[in-house]
Amino acid sequence: MAHEHKLEIFRGLWKFKSNTSKIWGVLFVLSVITFVEVLLGIYKPESLMGQLLGMKILNWIFIFLTIVKAYYITWDFMHMRDETKALRRMVVWTAVFLICYLIFILLQEGGYIESVYSSGFVKRDF
Amino acid sequence: MLYMDTTVANTGTEGKAWGGGNQPLKASYGKMMMWFFIVSDALTFSGFLAAYGFSRFKFIGSWPIADEVFTHVPFFHGNYPMIYVAFMTFVLIMSSVTMVLAVDAGHHMKKNKVIWYMFLTIIGGLIFVGSQAWEWGTFIKGDYGAVQTKGGNILQFGENVTVDGETVFKRVAVSDFAIDAHGERVAHERKNGLWFVDEGTLPEYTVDEVYNGLVAHPNYLVRTQTINDEGEKTILTREESLKQIKNNGKLVVQGANLHVNEYGTSLFADFFFFITGFHGFHVFSGVVINIIIFFNVILGTYERRGSYEMVEKVGLYWHFVDLVWVFVFTFFYLV
Repeated sequence: MAHEHKLEIFRGLWKFKSNTSKIWGVLFVLSVITFVEVLLGIYKPESLMGQLLGMKILNWIFIFLTIVKAYYITWDFMHMRDETKALRRMVVWTAVFLICYLIFILLQEGGYIESVYSSGFVKRDF
Repeated sequence: MLYMDTTVANTGTEGKAWGGGNQPLKASYGKMMMWFFIVSDALTFSGFLAAYGFSRFKFIGSWPIADEVFTHVPFFHGNYPMIYVAFMTFVLIMSSVTMVLAVDAGHHMKKNKVIWYMFLTIIGGLIFVGSQAWEWGTFIKGDYGAVQTKGGNILQFGENVTVDGETVFKRVAVSDFAIDAHGERVAHERKNGLWFVDEGTLPEYTVDEVYNGLVAHPNYLVRTQTINDEGEKTILTREESLKQIKNNGKLVVQGANLHVNEYGTSLFADFFFFITGFHGFHVFSGVVINIIIFFNVILGTYERRGSYEMVEKVGLYWHFVDLVWVFVFTFFYLV
């Protein structure tokens, strides 16, 4: 029975002796990220309230940290790191592409309707 | 015996490339199908969350602020935004860890370890579902109550107080200041009116009682849904407060359900119930599936089969539930 696990995270910066110790290491990473998120959520530093690409910088940080967490859950808890490239791409690329598309069209449309409301029912006068 | 062959009937094509005998993805049928199910389920959840984003962008100037909605912790009084939901997140991540430890123990064919870790995973799942039920209960019961206007907007009450040299808006509960007039109409029942018409429970207070209470407390002000430049909800002047309640107030609402929502736009409550409910249902089914597999492990099913791959498959589902929660947590509580 071959169950090889790739035992390093952070592109080899952090190596583990066994799969079990890698699991605890990943738990540590996820807990730290959640802790940082909660701290930022409670204190909401003034310096991160500026706008960037239509959203607060703080919100971009939250989304980035969430994707980092999702990466480690998928790669290490769901063993995506150990699957073949083909399986990994089949699952991840498909989902990521479709989700990005869906988010883009829905948020674009939501923003458009908002501006119709806030600009006196005429968004673009042709 | 190769572990992959034990769950699938042999077809005699093993090793024959053109007979379907090769496995280019090096994953068993069951595991691959679990991955494909997860992809489709992920798209379902993305659909819900993107629809939530759509509505939020549409009402970006008046969406409720999560920190003011979810502020309770069981057994503690006071204002603790984020704390309880952070605890729930940690519980779910922790149960993901015990799940992956069970999978790992299964790879080493350590039956007792698998049993123990599966048990802990189930407990973690139950704590999470229980917490979510409590969260729902608190949200449904509500905090301070509010008045809904004819246009469906929410007006909340409070007063400006100085805490540590800073002026903050302290919310007041409708039930604490409304003046009970004892003149309200009684709820219609089938036995004393039209037998074919039903009526739900009437609100505890009428808008007039709230208005009279507001008049009697000269410090109290009304807060609207509109978010101002500082990112806070707009507080009206005293005159404007009285005018709004008198002219536009229609219904006193307490808590949230699929019709009304004292925290702000009712869409927020609808999405909250739908998305966290759909996720909670996933957690619940995950717990049920985990329990079934747990008993199979105890009965030695996988020991006899020579492979604990089934634990790995339910593990994938369980981690996926955790994965979805990470996103729900971000988009409902943080952003």
